[in-house]
Amino acid sequence: MSLRVLDPGALALVEDLGRPGWAALGVSPSGALDRAALRLGNRLLGNDEGSAGVELLLGGFAARFETETWFALTGADGPAELDGQPIDTHRAVRAPGGAVLRVGRPGRGMRSYLAVRGGIAALPVLGSRSRDVLSGLGPEPLRAGDVLPLGDPGAPVPPVDFVPVSAPTLGAVELRAHHGPRADWFTDAAVEAFHDAEWTVSAESNRVGVRLDPPAAGRHAAPLLERRVTAELPSEPMVAGSVQVSPDGRPTVLLADHPVTGGYPVIAVVAEASLDLLAQARPGQTVTFRRA
Amino acid sequence: MSLRILPSGDRALLAELGGLEEVLSLYRALDAARPAGVVDLVPAARTIGVVVDPAVLPLSAAQAWVERTRPIDSPPADEVPVDLPVRYDGADLAEVAGILGLGVRDVIDLHTSSVWRVAFGGFAPGFGYLVTDHDRLRVPRRATPRTSVPAGAVGLAGEFSGVYPRASPGGWQLIGTADAVLWDAAADPPALLRPGALVRFREVP
Repeated sequence: MSLRVLDPGALALVEDLGRPGWAALGVSPSGALDRAALRLGNRLLGNDEGSAGVELLLGGFAARFETETWFALTGADGPAELDGQPIDTHRAVRAPGGAVLRVGRPGRGMRSYLAVRGGIAALPVLGSRSRDVLSGLGPEPLRAGDVLPLGDPGAPVPPVDFVPVSAPTLGAVELRAHHGPRADWFTDAAVEAFHDAEWTVSAESNRVGVRLDPPAAGRHAAPLLERRVTAELPSEPMVAGSVQVSPDGRPTVLLADHPVTGGYPVIAVVAEASLDLLAQARPGQTVTFRRA
Repeated sequence: MSLRILPSGDRALLAELGGLEEVLSLYRALDAARPAGVVDLVPAARTIGVVVDPAVLPLSAAQAWVERTRPIDSPPADEVPVDLPVRYDGADLAEVAGILGLGVRDVIDLHTSSVWRVAFGGFAPGFGYLVTDHDRLRVPRRATPRTSVPAGAVGLAGEFSGVYPRASPGGWQLIGTADAVLWDAAADPPALLRPGALVRFREVP
């Protein structure tokens, strides 16, 4: 059983729930950025929640099922078709052998997940099949012609007709954020401004982190995130969700492929439950940080 | 020991200490007695990151564990250092000697006679920031980082020495080359240099 990639689109990566536990050796947790979406896809198929799927960036993906296979698309909301016929996302679909799946550009969100019954059986590295773009661990980014082996199906495909999911928003993404370990390195006004401001997702964002642009000048004097302590910070451990502020005052929210340590002070840490939302935020979209 | 607990989201906390020695001592103790639910224990320059699975070990329990753990100041007496053969052929060896006001031979002798310890990792899988008990090899990073440093390059930067586990950009001053495999994801353990480990560099032709 296998899946042949015809077109990877902008970026197609094998991801599961990552490889936590190796950070002391310099290895990030990695794994699907929208974990709820991957989990849901797996559940729809009767897979283990942590089975590997394919994380698709902005659609444009095409693949052929070499044998009859059940699959599900979750995450970003957009058009998809199987042998030219439109198919629903967020439900288990049976593909006959030889059928071609095409995933279009989503209207909302950034990342869709292709879960396949039995999971993608790529070679695990340190217990995970996730591609880590920072450290280069895990299966290479998919290319046209790649053939992905599929695992043995476990449980039967559960009889679920419909699961309620809320499509990613096109409007402001509201995240919850905790006080960061170095919030006291910033002025009180800076911490206020961090929570008040409407930030914009920069195009310079990836699985390592989401860079944020400050609101257009006017309401806030620059730099928005003024430091109280200007000393250099000795490198310290980072987590997914850490909001690092670089010397120019721009925040970056670290994601799953983050460096395990970093030298910029962390003003806030995005709550675990909000990270999936951030995975779907598009460049140009507004982000706000409510106090967790 | 000065210990301060800092928040780091809903799955982690940072233990901030007075310095690298205290980090190593507390890391040694924490690593030796991890309760269930500790996912990652990450030493750094002044802090130790404690990442938990809060369903197994709530953050408050993790904090209590860190606060009641007594640091272990001395490494085990029978500890065997990792032996790292090095050809001292680095592109910056002469420049490093110049910066330090030493001869090239003195730099090599100092590097090989010092006992190094892996303080922490973090730059790439398998990279270790190595420290020793003196700062006579302290040099600044290169003003302009190299776009590519080969795997095995042995470098100095600030108070640290280190070996690049694979080719990557880098700003360290390069003094030699090691042939040892520092990172093999298929090996157990995958890293030759782990936090806390002792390292001796040995000159080879």
